Amino acid sequence: MNIDKTLDVKGLACPMPLVQTKKAIGELEANQVLEVVTTDAGAKADLAAWSKSSGHELLDQKEDDGVFTFYIQKG
Amino acid sequence: MSETKKTNIILFSGDYDKAMAAYIIANGAAAYDHEVTIFHTFWGLNALRKDGKVEAQKGFLEKMFGKMMPRGADKMGLSKMNMAGMGPKMIKKVMKKHNTSSVPDLIEMAQMQGINLVACQMTMDLLGFQRAELLDDITYAGVAAYLADAENGNVNLFI
Repeated sequence: MNIDKTLDVKGLACPMPLVQTKKAIGELEANQVLEVVTTDAGAKADLAAWSKSSGHELLDQKEDDGVFTFYIQKG
Repeated sequence: MSETKKTNIILFSGDYDKAMAAYIIANGAAAYDHEVTIFHTFWGLNALRKDGKVEAQKGFLEKMFGKMMPRGADKMGLSKMNMAGMGPKMIKKVMKKHNTSSVPDLIEMAQMQGINLVACQMTMDLLGFQRAELLDDITYAGVAAYLADAENGNVNLFI
């Protein structure tokens, strides 16, 4: 997967990961991929719902020792 | 994506925890590309107060009201476990530990995200607030303006 931008929001709590993700994706072109790294356990449901509602695609996600990584393709 | 959706929140409460909930939802909704309005009325107006003292010509009752109410979001109490001001101190400590944004930070973020902060003019008059006492870049309106937003709203909350 080609990652165009990485957003590190580790340590930040709701609603910051969402607000920052929205800002970061705004700086990308359509079809580019944003990687979001967060420690917010709520982000799993949040970013999936947000991507769906905002017309982006959540390509993949993984969890490693409390760190969640999401790959969102801009719609 | 479909047309812009609207979120309208009435912040009636002057409690720190309830204002925090309102502003978190508002900032989240802005990230959802909603057009967001927070309509502050009664005790919720305190969230918009500047923290310093503002010189204003007022009658006795208005002055008393001004003294008895918190100057700005940071000085508001909790709806539960306030314990004469101990509660807010404790929760702010825990919030720092969890890296949660404070209400003043959330308000600043709301303004950065272009959220429409509205003060209810009628309750401002009742409680004796003058425009100079409230934050800059907010608007003033009444029930009709709120309803105009709310009738087309997708999310409408009273907090």
